[in-house]
Amino acid sequence: MKLLTVARRTAWRFASSLPALFGVVIFTFVLMRLLPGDPAVFFASSPSAGKAEIEMIRKQMGLDRSIPEQLVRYLRDIGTGNLGRSMTTGQPVTNDLIRRLPASLELTVTALLIALTLALPAGIFAALRQNSLIDHAIRLLCTLGVCMPTFVSGLLFIFFFYYVLGWAPDPTGRIDIFLSAPPEITGLLLVDSAIAGNGEVFRAALHQLMLPASTMALFVLAPLARMTRASMLAVLTSDFIRTGESIGLSRRRIVLVYALRNALLPVLTITGIVFSTMLGANVLVEKVFSWPGVASYALDALLASDYAPVQGFVLLMASIFVMVNLTIDLLYGLADPRVSIE
Amino acid sequence: MIAANLRHIGYVLRGNRLTALAGICASLLVITALAAPWLVPFDPTASNVPRALQPPNATYWFGTDQLGRDIFSRVLVAARLDLMIAASAVSLSFVVGAMIGGACGYVGGRLDRWVGRFVDVLMAFPLFVLAMALVAALGNKVENIVYATAIINLPFYIRFARAEVNVRRNLGWVEAARASGNSHTRVVLRFLLPNVLPAMAVQISLNLGWAILNAAGLSFIGLGVRPPTPEWGIMVAEGARFITTGKWWLVAFPGLALMSAVLCFNLLGDGLRDILDPRTRT
Amino acid sequence: MNVPLLSVDDLAVEFATRNGRVQALRGVSLAVSPGETLGVVGESGSGKSVTAFATMGLLERAGRITAGRIVFRGENITAAPRSVMQPLRGAAMSMIFQNPRAALNPIRSVGLQIADALRAHRPLSLSAATAAALELLKAVRIRDPEKRLHAYPHELSGGMCQRVMISIALACEPALLIADEPTTGLDVTTQKTVMDIVTKLTRERDMAMILITHDLGLAAQYCDRIAVMEQGQVVETADPSRLFSQPQHGYTRRLVAASPRRGSTVASLVVDATMPAAKMAPPPMRKPGAGPLLDIRNLVKLFPGGVTAVNDVSFRIGAGESLGLVGESGSGKSTISRLVCRLMNQTSGEIIFDGEDIGAIPERDFHRCALRRDIQIVFQDPSDSLNPRFTAFDSIVDPLRRLLGESGATALRARARDIATRVGLPIDLLDRFPHQLSGGQKARVGIARAIAVDPRLLILDEPTAALDVSVQAVVLHLLDRLRRESGLAFLFVSHDLNVVRMMCERLVVLQNGAIVEHGVSQAIFDEPQTDYARELLAAIPHFDPEARA
Repeated sequence: MKLLTVARRTAWRFASSLPALFGVVIFTFVLMRLLPGDPAVFFASSPSAGKAEIEMIRKQMGLDRSIPEQLVRYLRDIGTGNLGRSMTTGQPVTNDLIRRLPASLELTVTALLIALTLALPAGIFAALRQNSLIDHAIRLLCTLGVCMPTFVSGLLFIFFFYYVLGWAPDPTGRIDIFLSAPPEITGLLLVDSAIAGNGEVFRAALHQLMLPASTMALFVLAPLARMTRASMLAVLTSDFIRTGESIGLSRRRIVLVYALRNALLPVLTITGIVFSTMLGANVLVEKVFSWPGVASYALDALLASDYAPVQGFVLLMASIFVMVNLTIDLLYGLADPRVSIE
Repeated sequence: MIAANLRHIGYVLRGNRLTALAGICASLLVITALAAPWLVPFDPTASNVPRALQPPNATYWFGTDQLGRDIFSRVLVAARLDLMIAASAVSLSFVVGAMIGGACGYVGGRLDRWVGRFVDVLMAFPLFVLAMALVAALGNKVENIVYATAIINLPFYIRFARAEVNVRRNLGWVEAARASGNSHTRVVLRFLLPNVLPAMAVQISLNLGWAILNAAGLSFIGLGVRPPTPEWGIMVAEGARFITTGKWWLVAFPGLALMSAVLCFNLLGDGLRDILDPRTRT
Repeated sequence: MNVPLLSVDDLAVEFATRNGRVQALRGVSLAVSPGETLGVVGESGSGKSVTAFATMGLLERAGRITAGRIVFRGENITAAPRSVMQPLRGAAMSMIFQNPRAALNPIRSVGLQIADALRAHRPLSLSAATAAALELLKAVRIRDPEKRLHAYPHELSGGMCQRVMISIALACEPALLIADEPTTGLDVTTQKTVMDIVTKLTRERDMAMILITHDLGLAAQYCDRIAVMEQGQVVETADPSRLFSQPQHGYTRRLVAASPRRGSTVASLVVDATMPAAKMAPPPMRKPGAGPLLDIRNLVKLFPGGVTAVNDVSFRIGAGESLGLVGESGSGKSTISRLVCRLMNQTSGEIIFDGEDIGAIPERDFHRCALRRDIQIVFQDPSDSLNPRFTAFDSIVDPLRRLLGESGATALRARARDIATRVGLPIDLLDRFPHQLSGGQKARVGIARAIAVDPRLLILDEPTAALDVSVQAVVLHLLDRLRRESGLAFLFVSHDLNVVRMMCERLVVLQNGAIVEHGVSQAIFDEPQTDYARELLAAIPHFDPEARA
């Protein structure tokens, strides 16, 4: 019975996220095609392309057709995975994105894991020991943490851990150039090297990953810890905790079973938002650490006036976010019985 | 009534030293930013290559950058640009967002549903991604940074205004205002808005900090502001190359300035949040 | 010699708040014997809940016991540490709370919560505890106990949640049950069922109970003794009949007088009238000739989602007449009051005021109609009904400006002063903000605002429901006087039958959006025609000294 409910809820939520996805696609279309400026020039092979070439591109892109027709072609292209061709790499954008996505994913997911592992216990602890020294220290760190720009912290990290202490490796790329990458299965170096049983590469990849992942984790640590603390405090002062105390439940049961499960619900929601900011922060971190992910790919393309990759990148990021939100919604629905199927 | 309000502000600030301090710092920041061109010891754009890459010393308090320019002067002058970009973006999104959100919260129905969908789509784009797309579409100019930041911020104000208006919509005093002969428009403008404004002021303050970070981040990656204009993000970008050779001051001081500005506005916002309940009046 | 189960001696409790220290209890003394039911009655701020929390050791962080003793079963448990209190809570003493749904864990099934209570003090396996939980649910007479075992709190009604709370509290068979306003917020009929279950179960198990309530009638019906509290102290303790027939303390006397009972009238509510007693004014003015002031015909209101809030309701109010609209939550009475006040559009039906069909004017435009000033409304919750950014003066004067076009600072000041005097609001409070006023003062401002434009029909939506009993008495007094002085007609909406009987000549009983009974108030009271009306009447807590066994 429960499985059926879960399946129905999944299907419903998926269906209700389709409009958002569709909206994303349309919005990107509007952005890239309909705004002032000649898109054909944007997509030409170089900023000083001749009129004939621009004309050819315009025909190729279908810009000489009516807008609705353009929209249909655009949708068809997206649907078949044709995102155009990058000027700078000469490859289809889709291929470039697929090739570089694992790097970004590895970075973001590791950062999220680090952040959650540190932030959740910190927030919970601060709430349980309200107004103690630890609580004040954590609150202070959070207040400061929210103010620190990612790119500055990244650079300062490099300064301390690479230049001063020498613990971190040279901040360029995912792996020492003298080592060869393991056979590519997922593209995630940690996973691939683990599967291949290659300890040396695994360690090297991890070593390289640490600094950029920590930088990104730092960025979201503060809001996560704050939210956890606030949520835990709110739950601890709520009526049903008082009921639990009044019937003589053990402290352990009250904190772990009654308080924590309720407190983590808002944290789950905010993790989705946090993930979104991390996808954006990717741009900064990949730039600082020269990390070969999709964000740096798109950024380089943008600065070289190569717009097809930018469009592809925007679509990709937004879609990932919608999917992540969908997952979080589902998890939340499983965790909180008050959420109806609607 | 204005006298009563001012007296109250004074009373409250005396009881909340930290907020008062944050308020003073924020004001100082703004004043410094505005007066910067007259305060700086050196011309922020004047190159002096023989004196390049000097660590902080008695003459150059923050050291010099790769072209020999005084970093202290540049940091001060950069404040102006960053604050201006942030303030314009926040004002724009606040005004437009509050109007749309307030209307949705009050009227509900189809308007609410469609705006909700639009907001969902907008929020699906991570910040920097959308900024990049907008800059790609509109061109790499400073105004577009302002528009990009404003647009990204918009959903937040729409949702916030909507929620605040919605909560109050069915309260007794709103219905009483209608029974007293006020039209719907008057109810929103004269009754709801003054009640919602304090909460929005808190958000604006917090938002300013975030907008400053954004603007700096965008110029760091090369969008919007270009060298040699002094701007905190640009300065960090230029100094980034030198960090691996141990010349930390090119990055650290603009970074610190950024952090202080944001901290100031965040503390102010947090403090305002604690205060802005009329219930704390005597 | 009855050794008391619980004795509280001279207990003092202090809270640290933003505005300094607040003394919540100033020396409270009371005692409960085994098997006895003690009622603790008081208004808001009297400290009755604080006493309960202090006894259970559940005071919030900001609270501290500064003096006095609490002795339970011979053991001194004043400010005892958790290690001492935890074995007692649930097993020797337990508590049920005011808002039952909020008091239950929203993401844990009801059965599991009862099982948790059982396993906190007994070495039971989960299956054994679940079986015992089922038995407990049966004992509190919940329908479909097997299904409810796996239900979540948000799926249950308020009354069912309270029954679950009761089974949790009684799971380990404590010797003392503290019930903190267990029926506040529940419908009148549900109130009675819950109280009956609680009393039955406590008597069966020979448990002592402390019933904390603001309703003297409720306490009188169910308790062996009553302790009256005012401002952190117990002012009088006696058995109900003595308390009602010979109240000693001034406050008790006021409280007894103010608690509406079967035979009370508005005049009898206030003991020492601070305002001139309601003159038996000449009968209210009536418009010569014309039909009723308000004529409601076949009113229907449907909400999106298929909810029929108002189902073909028709009634009339004559000029200067007072009609009561009685019903429980969901009966549609609030919706009707909004429809009549033209704050909402009806789905169908006619609203005819003084011969004009005002129902035909959409609510969006009604503020421009000349009749807007003739229909005004007083709201239930004074805290919500005043604009937090307006002073009392601003609130009162706004309708004058908008509807009567009056202006000029001096003229408006004078008018505001007149109106304030009429409602008994001290003039110097005019420049205060709502958060600086007490509940009673805010209620007066709300009334002042409503009568400022001299309406002919005043709609009162539960105007005293959120007020303390003594304040309610004074406000009802005021409303009655205003009506007699100016010939106002009332549409009085309430769930409290006693209040409606005192204030209204005729009344209408609503159930699920439809009228089930209507007629002269006293007649319905003496001889209700329908079952529902009978149920409502029976559910009113009443105190009949002779009838107590």
